[in-house]
Amino acid sequence: MKICVLVKQIPGSEATFNVTPDGRWIQESGLPFEMNESDIYALEEALQIREKMGEGEVFVVTLGPDRCQKTIREALAKGADRAIHIKEEAPFCTDPLTIASVFTQVIREENPELVLSGLQSDDLGFGQTGVLIGEMLGMTTATLVVATEIQDEDIRVKRELEAGWFQWQTMKLPASLAIQSGLNTPRYPSLRGIMTARKKEIKDVSFNDLRNVDFLQSFKKLSIQHAEKHTEMIEGSVDEIVSKLVNVFKNEIRIN
Amino acid sequence: MMDILVVLENKSGSIHRMSLEAISGAQQIGEECGLSVGILALGENASALAADASQYSVEEVLYLENENLNSYTADGYSAAVAQVISAENPHYVFFGHTYQIRDYVPRISAKLKRPFLNDVVSYTVDGGKPTFYKQSFNSKLVSELQTSGDGPVLVSFQSAAYSSENIQNGSASTRSVNVDLDASVIKTTPEEPFQKEAGGVDLSKADLIVSIGRGIGKEENIPLVQELAKVIGAELASSRPVVDSGWLPSHHQVGSSGQTVAPKLYLALGISGAIQHVVGMKGSKNIVVINKDPDAPLFEIADYGVVGDILEIIPKLTEALNG
Repeated sequence: MKICVLVKQIPGSEATFNVTPDGRWIQESGLPFEMNESDIYALEEALQIREKMGEGEVFVVTLGPDRCQKTIREALAKGADRAIHIKEEAPFCTDPLTIASVFTQVIREENPELVLSGLQSDDLGFGQTGVLIGEMLGMTTATLVVATEIQDEDIRVKRELEAGWFQWQTMKLPASLAIQSGLNTPRYPSLRGIMTARKKEIKDVSFNDLRNVDFLQSFKKLSIQHAEKHTEMIEGSVDEIVSKLVNVFKNEIRIN
Repeated sequence: MMDILVVLENKSGSIHRMSLEAISGAQQIGEECGLSVGILALGENASALAADASQYSVEEVLYLENENLNSYTADGYSAAVAQVISAENPHYVFFGHTYQIRDYVPRISAKLKRPFLNDVVSYTVDGGKPTFYKQSFNSKLVSELQTSGDGPVLVSFQSAAYSSENIQNGSASTRSVNVDLDASVIKTTPEEPFQKEAGGVDLSKADLIVSIGRGIGKEENIPLVQELAKVIGAELASSRPVVDSGWLPSHHQVGSSGQTVAPKLYLALGISGAIQHVVGMKGSKNIVVINKDPDAPLFEIADYGVVGDILEIIPKLTEALNG
């Protein structure tokens, strides 16, 4: 089975973000970059499916600037067979439809039976790319996937619903699945994996060459999130705090 | 004809709470921008859902019943709703940003080649038109979104972006709509949904909630909080790490993969405030946060905040409230 995994590089979650003067992006200098969390699980799921089936190919596709090489090498070191790097320079596209249509052109040529992506990226947070690609390629789609079982012509997946509910569904292949974090235990690259990754193929293509639609949505301006509410801070010794809290509960919120 | 079409989600025979919030948001935006609002119910018993929705102050309520929509599939729902949108041609289509919406609405966006602004938290009005905002970069930044081209814009709203309590009542007419949906479109066979653990309480109905996070430290400290909840008469809830650690069953979990709540009091003990938790409780009327870390993001949405050690405060608070 040929499996495509979409892997994205994002700024680390602990980072403090400053907006560029034009308001279109963040200042990247000094920021740590890493593989998007749910993409790590999507990659692991692909590697496990390949291992279970005893055959097949896993290739990753990454959109982003040169810095993404590090993340691509990491995916190859973990066991992906090869990679396609769609190169893009700032200012970055923030339109899910445009991004998906560029991915679609790359993936269509490869004709995979399965496309796996993380549920959403922690930077832009659209959570749409995998589903858009599935629709554009005429695949079945599922999101919030927490388990997969390959059957002959089908794939059976377990989806997380709201409030602790789950549901299995059987879908025709080819399929595009958006993977929820936590469904497996991602591996670390082995030393051998790191060595062989250097020899694996990374094919470069250009985002601008593939871009064939006009942007329909974009980030016009980024700004720092401000506190939404006035918070009354309760201070003092533990006893003072407790008596003030009791007063708030009884006289302000009126919990009785 | 309506300018804003709100698409409802059917949650076990009633209107999903976040769909009600979307109706509330649509009424508010509609009033400010001079746009009329309509509603679409679809799936099994859509007519009953439409009858429920007709009590709100909107132009018209549409309902779509079709045997291929009785069970939810992304294949069927995306095809059907795309057809209704094309036929009605509204300026905007609103949804609550539920798990189901994430699953099928991007496919409508691809079918119609129109943008889907998802997880929107707020809007401003300029020249009679709304501009929408969403959170990005781990919710640390806010992005102003712009769209281009002609045709409907799809928008989903984050939980509690609008309050369902502000819905204006009225009386709307209902209209049946049809789509051309061949069974061959459905390439997905869903099984019956199931719950990981049976039982549990419906936290969404709770008036008072005491909720704990990682800051509770260890399982042995849980009874301290159970005692406090009992004294107040509150339900016990938690963030995901507490459930993942096995300290409480999953039906106590509040957040995007747990329950969504809006009690009169949400007392958050040792919860830092990851966005996945915040979306489940930010609609609470009064949020009281106690946390050792003064930089815990949850303080940003707190009405009352205490920087302190919950293990010291909880027993004394229980005692004082018991008196």
